[in-house]
Amino acid sequence: MTDHEHKSHKDTGPTAAAATDLTATGTAPGEVTTDRKPPKAFLEVRDLRVHFPTQDGLVKSVDGLSFTLEKGKTLGIVGESGSGKSVTSLGIMGLHTVGQYGRQRPRLSGEIWLAGQELLGADPDEVRKLRGREVAMIFQDPLSALHPFFTVGHQIVEAYRVHHNVDKRTARTRAVELLDRVGIPEPDKRVDSFPHEFSGGMRQRAMIAMALVNNPELLIADEPTTALDVTVQAQILDLIRDLQKEFGSAVIIITHDLGVVAELSDDILVMYGGRCVEYGSAEQVFYEPQHPYTWGLLGSMPRIDRDRAERLIPVKGSPPSLINVPSGCAFNPRCPYADVPKGDITRTTRPELREVKPGHLSACHMAQEDRERIWNEEIAPKL
Amino acid sequence: MTTLRTSRRRLAAVSAVAAATLLATSACGGGNSDNEGGGEYNAGVNKVANASNKKGGTLKFVGVQDADSWDTTRMYYAFALDFARFYSRQLVSYNPKPGKKSLDLQPDLATDTAQISDDGKVYKYTLKDGLKWEDGKPLTAEDVKYGIERQWAQKTLSGGPTYIKDVLDPDGKWKGPYEDKKPFANIKTPDKKTIEFHLPKPNGDFEQMLAMPTNSPVRKDKDTKSKYTLHPFSSGPYKFKSYTPNKSLLLVRNKEWDRSGDPLRKALPDKIQVTLLTNPDERDKRLINGDADLDLNQRGMEVQGRQTALKQHKGNVDNPQSGFISYVAFPQSVKPFNNIHCRKAAIYGTDHKSVQTARGGPTAGGALAHNMLPPVIPGYDKSDDQYGILTNGGKADVAKAKDELKKCGKPNGFSTTLAVRNTDKADVKSAEAIQASLKKVGIKVEIDQFDGAQGPSIVGNPANVEKKNYGMILYGWGPDFPSGQGYGIELWHSSKIRDNGNNNYALIDEPKIDKGLADAIAELDPDKAAQMYAEVNKEVMAGAYYLPLTYLKVVQWRSDRLTNVYAADSYSGWYDFASLGVK
Amino acid sequence: MLTYLIRRLFAVAVMLVVIILAVFCIFFLIPKWAGIDPATMFVGKQADKASIEGVREKLQLDEPVLVQLFEFFKGIFVGRDYTGGGTTTHCAAPCFGYSFRTEQAIWPVLTDRLPVTLSLALGAAVVWLFIGLTVGVLSALKRGSLWDRLAMTGALAGVSLPIYFTGLLALAVFAYQLDLVSNTFTPFGENPAKWFSGMILPWITLAFLFGAMYARLTRATMLEVMGEDYIRTARAKGLREPVVIGKHAMRSTMTPVLTLLGVDIGALMGSAILTETTFSIPGLGQAVLKAINDRDLPLILGVTLITATSVVIANLVVDLLYGVIDPRVRLG
Repeated sequence: MTDHEHKSHKDTGPTAAAATDLTATGTAPGEVTTDRKPPKAFLEVRDLRVHFPTQDGLVKSVDGLSFTLEKGKTLGIVGESGSGKSVTSLGIMGLHTVGQYGRQRPRLSGEIWLAGQELLGADPDEVRKLRGREVAMIFQDPLSALHPFFTVGHQIVEAYRVHHNVDKRTARTRAVELLDRVGIPEPDKRVDSFPHEFSGGMRQRAMIAMALVNNPELLIADEPTTALDVTVQAQILDLIRDLQKEFGSAVIIITHDLGVVAELSDDILVMYGGRCVEYGSAEQVFYEPQHPYTWGLLGSMPRIDRDRAERLIPVKGSPPSLINVPSGCAFNPRCPYADVPKGDITRTTRPELREVKPGHLSACHMAQEDRERIWNEEIAPKL
Repeated sequence: MTTLRTSRRRLAAVSAVAAATLLATSACGGGNSDNEGGGEYNAGVNKVANASNKKGGTLKFVGVQDADSWDTTRMYYAFALDFARFYSRQLVSYNPKPGKKSLDLQPDLATDTAQISDDGKVYKYTLKDGLKWEDGKPLTAEDVKYGIERQWAQKTLSGGPTYIKDVLDPDGKWKGPYEDKKPFANIKTPDKKTIEFHLPKPNGDFEQMLAMPTNSPVRKDKDTKSKYTLHPFSSGPYKFKSYTPNKSLLLVRNKEWDRSGDPLRKALPDKIQVTLLTNPDERDKRLINGDADLDLNQRGMEVQGRQTALKQHKGNVDNPQSGFISYVAFPQSVKPFNNIHCRKAAIYGTDHKSVQTARGGPTAGGALAHNMLPPVIPGYDKSDDQYGILTNGGKADVAKAKDELKKCGKPNGFSTTLAVRNTDKADVKSAEAIQASLKKVGIKVEIDQFDGAQGPSIVGNPANVEKKNYGMILYGWGPDFPSGQGYGIELWHSSKIRDNGNNNYALIDEPKIDKGLADAIAELDPDKAAQMYAEVNKEVMAGAYYLPLTYLKVVQWRSDRLTNVYAADSYSGWYDFASLGVK
Repeated sequence: MLTYLIRRLFAVAVMLVVIILAVFCIFFLIPKWAGIDPATMFVGKQADKASIEGVREKLQLDEPVLVQLFEFFKGIFVGRDYTGGGTTTHCAAPCFGYSFRTEQAIWPVLTDRLPVTLSLALGAAVVWLFIGLTVGVLSALKRGSLWDRLAMTGALAGVSLPIYFTGLLALAVFAYQLDLVSNTFTPFGENPAKWFSGMILPWITLAFLFGAMYARLTRATMLEVMGEDYIRTARAKGLREPVVIGKHAMRSTMTPVLTLLGVDIGALMGSAILTETTFSIPGLGQAVLKAINDRDLPLILGVTLITATSVVIANLVVDLLYGVIDPRVRLG
């Protein structure tokens, strides 16, 4: 274990204690996996590793990720595709251990604590019972995520009845109620429609209705707006925010688009190459980002008030191979500031996730003053 | 010589029969019989296997070919003619005895065999008393007359042999009972019990012809014309209960039939059941398995069944001589076979032993044929071996063949084409054996396979034969009724050369042969006639028109249950169905 | 939906008329153009002058083509009389021709034999769908395992081995050696138990051939479907894995299987001939084989028509079923 990702939180709110705990454990790498004590936080992920054995080698999709999340709060996980964010969410759902027919199972380690229960080591059927009831998920493309051959209502009813011993009629009433709640017009009629008869936004609303039908305590939204029109995106995000307030669930929003999380998230976790490179409150990450990759992400955000030409060019190059992760800082081949720290350190040593400010962590070799200078002088003015 | 008109369709009957009979692989005989009280090998050849008078039970036939028709007027397949005697009677019929003895005609509906006028032109029969149809009504001479006259209605009732029609109405003047308003003059019924046939010319085989079930009585009010095949009205011991073409047939006892008035039919089983399949291997399996008693089609078993039967159940097997011959004809229109010496060269050069082996060896393939008249036909002469086929043990006589080639003016040999039907595996194998042996004497043979079903317009069309340069035609042949006439006219007589549907492939046009045949036909004494046919056969062989290959034999299954089983020469060496019973 | 059905039924009717025309051309006109007297083809191989003459009169072969065609169609709707040689044979409607070899109207032969072939085909279809889907799903779920490799090798064998081989082998072992099942066909009406016993081997033999293809198809489709997002959704709902596979994955897998099934109804006819011959089942296949052997053209014509009809109808049924299985398919 060459490094360990620390987890902290802004010192306000009920997660502060947990953050302190973690910071403490984070100083003693290796102890985490043996610490099986249930945490106080609602959701706590400790040193999660998801490795896929393939013919070409071990794909380390997630390689030592830790974070916590409290009820009523929203965590945004941001990163490019292949950064490990979706793998993380599937790990929390316990979906890496089912349906791996004839394939080599991924190797999972670490701990995932949800409401005091550890999921990675739990009986798969126990985890299954939690799926959909305690943890629900909204997927990126509602067209492919909904079964094309069953009506929307049927799929919601099915989701409800698998966890509730009720008759079809009751479940249907519940489905209509949820469809109404997510803003589907004429829900008692549309309940019998097939997914292809819905518009993209309606489908995602239906998907959300399906996810919320069991009042889950944790909602994971994996790129919930990517497949939608820009105009619809905002509506869906508003819906998620309203629903979160109403249901009081914890929400994880996974996206490659910082703009999405900016509106919703309390905390933001930036992933790169299967690891966390920056973590902090939404304000911290947006206004004082401490990692060149985050700068790049910010630069790629669409802004209406600026000319295209003036805008910062987003991160160049492509995400790293998860089999042969670049030595040193995984971001160094793409980092415009890789040579700012003296010597070869960015290419030889993996940067630790360090608390740069209270509750704000970053994994970068650059000195604090260099980062602040570059941010203030080169990046921020262009944004 | 139109009085000599015979069948045009024997060919088809033969091809259908031979197609399945002759198979290529040699059967391994030997092995101990593993029969459970079945009998012994060849128990039904020239003797009666399991003689018994026990009545009752169901006689089960299994077949892969339905009758061409069950209408007695229209049937031509030998097994159908054999089977027809279950539900039909004739003026005279065959003696229910094994082998040669079956050929003696016995009175059936008639009180006695024919009273023949001195000039041999009038045949007179008197019917027995108490003859009845299946509905109990009396069977009269008029019914016999009507049944025979139906063969004039060829437009509707095609398919059957027309010997009687051709003999009684050689010029085809009468249009038949359906179209001609006038009665036919040459068959007379002076009263209900008497029937007379007036022949324009004498014919020594007339009574043999009459014995064919083709000439069974049919009652006019029961004549459903072309649909008669679906339910022939019975005058015999059994009647149709149900029949679905190509599927099944069930006969039950005809209560109106009088046993005492019919000594020729044993009528032992209560029911006769026929099951029709399409797969001959499956048929053999059912026979061996005991699901059926015998093969309806009587064409012999397939290779696999034959081997199993001979190895494990030899006691259930009979291997009778059939009336069929496999042969090659040399059309004289095709050079160099216009020259007798070239024909002789091919005869000498052919290795009969290898042909026999190609056909399945002595058991399945048959005996070496040394002349054109097969053993079951009266007049067969074992000593007639002009080409030394028997004396050489079937081996080719290469020296003589080369000698004949020189005489033919082709010392270095020549090339020719051998036509063979593709529908018969054994024929094709035989052709290959001939090709191999003739190559050794310098005759290069190219084999041309043709569609067997189209035979009459391919090899039966002399113009086509000449065009295609068919110097040799390989075919099979058998008698409709057991006489030299029933067998040989079609092959040998000049009047039989036709533009289409020809069977005289060799195009024999030899006055000596024509006269010999005419004399033999006019001869009323069967023994003398047989002798005369033997002489004609000798002429044919001397002319080297034909290359006889083998006299076919069949491997016949006889179930353990069967009683009174024997092969009769009257049915080309096949079982006499009407005598069979079951244990 | 109703208009769609009416439109499709109309299309089917047009299709059948076209098929009848085509078949009519093949059997009546082309021989004529080729210089072959169609009458000889209808008499069978034992043609002689008088009988050919008789058939020519009865079939009105000397009449203009349009008259013949009219007579043919007329026969289908109101029946038809064949007159010639001083006799008249009536063929009641629907008259799809008359066999002068077996002296039967064709329609009753078809209606007698079609149920047998259908019972063979449908029974086999049930067996092969069951075997094919089960093996295919298991293979997909255990991809790469010994079972998967064995099953797929077996499937390859199933596709490659001819019916008369597997059929005869099955007969030899199960009917003759072990005596487990009947080796003969018994009509259902006669003895349902014996009918069943006699049909088991044909079903399985035919199903083996087709089931193999279905197993391969099911496996491939299943593997594809298992990667679909909606399967992940189903799991994310907390559904048990058997429900995920048995309901969500199977539902999608059925679509291509159904397509293939529609196509196979046509192919089935060819295989039915072999199966019926091998097992001596008196169905359409056996009838047509006999008809070909005997050159019984009217019967060949009739079987051709009924086969074409069943293919057209099977396709219609499959298309309609599509609408049921896949709601995205609009029937309109």
